[in-house]
Amino acid sequence: MVKSKKTKIGDLIVAFFCFLLILACLLPMINVLSRSLSSTDALIRNEVLLLPKGLNFDSYKMVVDDPKYTWSLVWTAIITVIGTCLSMIMTTICAYPLTYDNLKGKRFINALIIFTMYFNAGTIPLYLLLKDLHLLNRPAVLVIPYCLSVFNMIIMRSFFYGIPESLRESAEIDGAGPIRILISIYLPLSTPVIATLSLFYAVGRWNGFSDALMFMNNKREYWPIQLLLYNILNNVTSIEVSTQEGFTKPGLADSIKAATVMFATVPILLVYPWLQKYFIVGVTLGSIKE
Amino acid sequence: MKTSSAKPSPKTVQKTINYVKRYWTLYLLLLLPVTYFIIFKYIPMTYIQIAFKKYSIVQGPWEMPWADNYGFEYFIKAFSNRDFLLALRNTIMLNFLDLLVGFPAPIILAILLNELPYKRFKRFTQTVAYMPHFLSWIIISGLAKQLFTPTSGLVNIVLGRLGFEPIPFLNDPVHWVWTYVFLGVWQSVGWNTIIYLAAITGINPELYEAAEIDGAGRFRKIWHVTLPGLRPTIITLLILSLGRILGSEFDRPYALSNNLVTEVSNVISTYVYAYGIKGLQFSLTTAVGIFQSVVCVIFLFAANALAKKFGERGIW
Repeated sequence: MVKSKKTKIGDLIVAFFCFLLILACLLPMINVLSRSLSSTDALIRNEVLLLPKGLNFDSYKMVVDDPKYTWSLVWTAIITVIGTCLSMIMTTICAYPLTYDNLKGKRFINALIIFTMYFNAGTIPLYLLLKDLHLLNRPAVLVIPYCLSVFNMIIMRSFFYGIPESLRESAEIDGAGPIRILISIYLPLSTPVIATLSLFYAVGRWNGFSDALMFMNNKREYWPIQLLLYNILNNVTSIEVSTQEGFTKPGLADSIKAATVMFATVPILLVYPWLQKYFIVGVTLGSIKE
Repeated sequence: MKTSSAKPSPKTVQKTINYVKRYWTLYLLLLLPVTYFIIFKYIPMTYIQIAFKKYSIVQGPWEMPWADNYGFEYFIKAFSNRDFLLALRNTIMLNFLDLLVGFPAPIILAILLNELPYKRFKRFTQTVAYMPHFLSWIIISGLAKQLFTPTSGLVNIVLGRLGFEPIPFLNDPVHWVWTYVFLGVWQSVGWNTIIYLAAITGINPELYEAAEIDGAGRFRKIWHVTLPGLRPTIITLLILSLGRILGSEFDRPYALSNNLVTEVSNVISTYVYAYGIKGLQFSLTTAVGIFQSVVCVIFLFAANALAKKFGERGIW
């Protein structure tokens, strides 16, 4: 098909808008990266735009040398791994039985679960329950209360529904039980949805802030990275850390904040592009109506 | 026949035994998730009653005495509390602006991406556009503060060099509201195109060919083929958004807020945090939470009913 000149100009205009979008997404990150690598003098003189001035790694060194900060990163990684594993197990064992159409009581259990999507008791009742369960300010509070998302469960169930039922039936004829069928047939075929949901849960935990703020506020040693970062960025409370010396110098405070933002961002930015083809499938599945 | 229903025949007994033998593991698998939902979703619902009771730390929710005014004391209190009314106004205002600006944005971007003929460039644009979705609001607030500070932020440095006055993006209520809305679009626009792009893929290519034969240009094809193809998706997402008009995020307003803009940045979720968890007014804030939940459900049903009335499919 021969394209007319007019469409080509149109294509270029579209490409130009996409280029602007790319700039809008990347420039803030580039700016913060440059700030974290620049000298304090350059920052005070407002000279840093997109390229670092007076390249140095002092702010990164100060952050890495600060045990509170490195521990918070390690701790967040630990709860991210544990939380994601737990969530994936819970999501699978919830979604899989509900794909059996002749399971008695399925409709009731389904209704029980879906109802919680539309109506929830609110923050304070959950807070009071966690208080009564003595979970407040315990490490488990960062993992358990939000370990199963109905939305993600529905995505997984939709994916399971797409697996041909003939596979299950032939395995049943061979004498395999439901758990065996799950492990040896369903899970190996479910890489896209497992990758997608693991990413969703992991990002959710890594970026989790409000649950830590509300349920973990008194135990600073269990603060995940986002809560620590919030306090650093807003200079809230006297954080007794070595980075505090930096806050007396205005330029250095700026570059330390930029370095902490980079540390909390880079792990996710390294992972998500590789999973793109999977999470597109996952999001699309989530929009399929029942 | 009557006797057989009272006394199950050996056949049905055998059937039940076979059924249980075959499927008992499925119930075993469901045990943990169902327990989770009961403990963390349904038991908190029993705490809802403290909204109608005088909270006391030594009593369980069932033993607490009823509040005054037939139990509605705390609802009356909330609606005569200036901070709550402000939070209610701000929640509606910010969500409405989000809907106005943030809802059409991914539709436009998805159509734009669909018109882009360069495959590799398109893929790269998508990857970059998804990135902000993976950043927490704490990080975005950090980025925003570094970019938008009046004296030392990138944007104001550039504006200054071009001879403009610095703009107090985050330090003045009116500017803050628009910065909040803009950052929301920035964070979510790329991600929200995924569903629309999938819907566009589902449009029958023959429709485009037919439109081309009829002499339709780019805009006519978008208007007469792409948009009608997106219609069901748009309606579904619009219903869900309307259902959230009184819902409130916490991280976003909390992270972006500062002392200069609290009159516009305090929303219901931050009000509940400040008055409930920090201020220990549990009955009052539980009442606020119920009000919010109930209104959200009503809005969702109303939006769905309205969509059906206009001949759309609705969400259920």
